[in-house]
Amino acid sequence: MSSREIEVILSRQLADSLSTAVFIVDPDGNLIFYNEPAEELLGLRYEETGTMPVAEWSSIFTPMDDKGNVLKPEDLPLVQTLSKQLPAHGDFWIRSLKNKSHKISVTSFPIIGRPDRFLGAIAIFWKISEK
Amino acid sequence: MPTPGAEKNKYGGNTTCVQIEHDNTCLIFDGGSGIQQLGLHLDPDIPEVNILLTHLHIDHIMGLGYFNPFYNPKCTVNIWGPAGSSESLIERLRRYFSPPFFPVRFKELSAKINIHEIDNSTFKIDDFTIKSEYLCHPGPTVGYRCELGGSVVAFMPDHEPSLGSSDFPNSTEWCSGYNISEAADLLFHDGQYSNKEYDRRVGWGHSSVSDAVDFANLSKVKKMVLFHHDPAHTDLQLEAMVDKSLQYKTIDFDLVIGKENDVFHL
Repeated sequence: MSSREIEVILSRQLADSLSTAVFIVDPDGNLIFYNEPAEELLGLRYEETGTMPVAEWSSIFTPMDDKGNVLKPEDLPLVQTLSKQLPAHGDFWIRSLKNKSHKISVTSFPIIGRPDRFLGAIAIFWKISEK
Repeated sequence: MPTPGAEKNKYGGNTTCVQIEHDNTCLIFDGGSGIQQLGLHLDPDIPEVNILLTHLHIDHIMGLGYFNPFYNPKCTVNIWGPAGSSESLIERLRRYFSPPFFPVRFKELSAKINIHEIDNSTFKIDDFTIKSEYLCHPGPTVGYRCELGGSVVAFMPDHEPSLGSSDFPNSTEWCSGYNISEAADLLFHDGQYSNKEYDRRVGWGHSSVSDAVDFANLSKVKKMVLFHHDPAHTDLQLEAMVDKSLQYKTIDFDLVIGKENDVFHL
């Protein structure tokens, strides 16, 4: 299988070394990597799921606002970054596959390689609270 | 840096420069100090040369100002090199070709010079199809893959494959440089350090001999030339390092320690 771009490879290396939950998606929105802290948050292991299309990962964790309204994919920071190639931020609730709900703060930014190549996006998650 | 001397007589002490010749096409990879000597051996009336730069670290461009074709008004010199984020290739080259670093300014060179910025690109030079791709090395750095008539030469003088990879050396998808080296007939690859030296230089952008071998095995190349030798290593130290690094290794290709004036035919 051909290799990914070096910027994406090194993004994964960075994500692998962090204690902060990280998602990496390709320009088509496929979730191509998430790290161990993200696995704990989601109740899902990367080795088990592999790559996930955007329609799946943006809904499988039931993202909701503070009032319990389910968020549409286009409301999510990472999806906004993919469509606009700009940074985005948002706080919302997710329900892990172990049925735990977490409120998370998510910041996403595009991965732009030299000289000006859009290669996907990276999102960092921060757990605010749990219920 | 160039390190001539009696202790380097076997493998040489010039910095990176490799030429590929086919019919009337001259491809020169990197302009280290070795390019000065190459320029003396070229036909003085050569009408065109192509210099493909992997990156602009000084050991890879320091010989350019001493390359004779640049001073021949009848010669066309095409320079290919990676784009940076903030400065163009020509702006960065001008920094070298300017006082106090060099007395001749870029615009004062006599040859007709064409600049080609590349990134992850595929392009043709005469009958050659050339692919460039950014690699794991500090600053904008590419490797080159040259194909002609089914033969492939890969050129990766500065590369740290184990840093630019997850699960090295088991995954091609997550390995820097694999697209350049895949199934190459001849791979020129960074083999600067012993394992012990590399442990203290992770992130410097160079490879241990052991990692270079693993990378070549993963890439299923037919032959690898280890080069970009450490300037601090004598010929004897280099040989001892390679011997030790290859202990317990399975090698599925021909391995050569590169030395100056080596010629390979494909």
